[in-house]
Amino acid sequence: MNIIVCAKVIPASSVTIEIDPATRCMVRKGVPHELDPAAASALEEGLRLTERHGGEVRLLTMGIEDATVGIRNALAMGAASAIHILDGALAGSDTLGTAKALAAAIRRETFDLIICATESSDSYSGIVPGQLARLLGITPLTFAREIGVDGRRITIKRQSENGYDVVEAELPALVTVTSGINEPRYPQLKGIMAAKKKEIKRYTAADLGLGPDQVGASGARERVLSIGRPPARKAGQILQDEGEGGKRIADFLAELKLI
Amino acid sequence: MAQLIWVYAEVVEEKIAPTTLELLSKAADVGTAEAILLGPAPEGAVTALASYGATKVYRSADPIFRDYLTLPAAETLATLIGKYRPAVLLFASSYAGRDLAAALSARLDSGAITDVGDFVLKNGSVEAAVPALGGSYHNTTTLVSPGTKILLVRPKSFEPRERQQSAGVEEVEAPSGPGVTKARVTDRVTVKREGPQLEGANAIVSGGRGLKAAEHFDMLRQLAELLGGAVGATRAVVDAGWVPYSMQVGQTGKTVKPKLYIACGISGAVQHLAGMKSSGAIVAINKDPEAPIFQCADLGVVGDVFKVVPQLIEEIKKRKGL
Repeated sequence: MNIIVCAKVIPASSVTIEIDPATRCMVRKGVPHELDPAAASALEEGLRLTERHGGEVRLLTMGIEDATVGIRNALAMGAASAIHILDGALAGSDTLGTAKALAAAIRRETFDLIICATESSDSYSGIVPGQLARLLGITPLTFAREIGVDGRRITIKRQSENGYDVVEAELPALVTVTSGINEPRYPQLKGIMAAKKKEIKRYTAADLGLGPDQVGASGARERVLSIGRPPARKAGQILQDEGEGGKRIADFLAELKLI
Repeated sequence: MAQLIWVYAEVVEEKIAPTTLELLSKAADVGTAEAILLGPAPEGAVTALASYGATKVYRSADPIFRDYLTLPAAETLATLIGKYRPAVLLFASSYAGRDLAAALSARLDSGAITDVGDFVLKNGSVEAAVPALGGSYHNTTTLVSPGTKILLVRPKSFEPRERQQSAGVEEVEAPSGPGVTKARVTDRVTVKREGPQLEGANAIVSGGRGLKAAEHFDMLRQLAELLGGAVGATRAVVDAGWVPYSMQVGQTGKTVKPKLYIACGISGAVQHLAGMKSSGAIVAINKDPEAPIFQCADLGVVGDVFKVVPQLIEEIKKRKGL
């Protein structure tokens, strides 16, 4: 079974993400990057499926040069190869532009299954996978907390408002996985060494036949008109517990007539 | 002429979802509100939609919408959009809402705005207020594509408001064929929920990784009970399996707005803040003085949650004469 995992490489969780007032985009350059933990779960799920059913996992990402660190990490975890869509012309792409670029790269590959996170941990719009499935014309299976494959049949447990639904389809399909689906593995030394020899295929927008009317800031349907800071919440009172912390909270609640 | 604003109606636990009524109330405030109701629905569903602002309901009770994921509803919505060309189509940021907004925004090549907190109709398009990066920024975002604007709206963005009116019903035809029956729902499992629910709770006591183990949620349950409230949790705790998904507060969980929110051992990841930032009063207890949760707390106590919470419980009991 051949699996493509779409992953985002994002500013490390230790970084406070800023928005550049000029481009109205997140500041990505010059900050440390990591493989999105949500995407790491998608990759882990792909690796486990190929360990059970054979085949290999390819990693697909779109991002700046700094994304390479996350790609290496994914290769060290066990992805067989990677595809990196890398082009300054793609900066400012909205969700649909991103989905179009991913779709264009995927159309050059053979696959049975695509796995994505339900949403990225930095911008969490959560609609790129559904757009991608539609553009590729394959079945979207979303919010999976468990995946089973039997021959060409795939069955997922899909998170619902009050439990889960069991949903089945035939491959090829696109599955999005919830972050709790697994605990992603850490790369081992052997994997890290092997990763250095693995192929990273690179595409520009032009390679993929994507024009400025479809991708990048100019192709974005979604436009940020202005950015602002919300009114600051009135600064609260912060105190160090010196044995009276619980009592002080009770005082506060009594003052607000909450107890 | 008032612009046409559509709301995709959802049924959860045999009732029209509260988010649907919120969206309809807003839609009726700014334009002509109409609802799309697909799949089997409880009796009185159309009346409920009407009494929150829908002047017309496009309706099909065909089970295909219940038994197959996303594709039949996307097909029907695309057909209806082509026919009536509403100015705006609103979805709640729910499981179904996100799936449909994604599918339609690609199909119509229109894009979509996600995580919308409010919107206005302006210059033939929409301008949406989007709290970006967990609310640390407020963006104003528009869609430049022609045609229907698709918005995914955060729960609890608008107050549901009842109106005295009725709605016309237009029966719509359900799609059929292999193209829309690719993802079949074979079973629905309801996971029993215990204790008071987060939705509508006046007080919420939430726990994060700082609680260290599932059994320590007992003290939060005790505190919540004293406050007449419910217990919530962060994604990390839910992912670790300490408590069920139904208790998750945050971007991927529930958005809550209680009068009182007590965050215990929660660092305050963007993910979590997004779901509770608009609470009335926020109290945070955490041992790390640098924890981001303190930035939105009205009262923050830097200390050991295992000392502060039991003391708070005793203190409330004392004051209540228990």
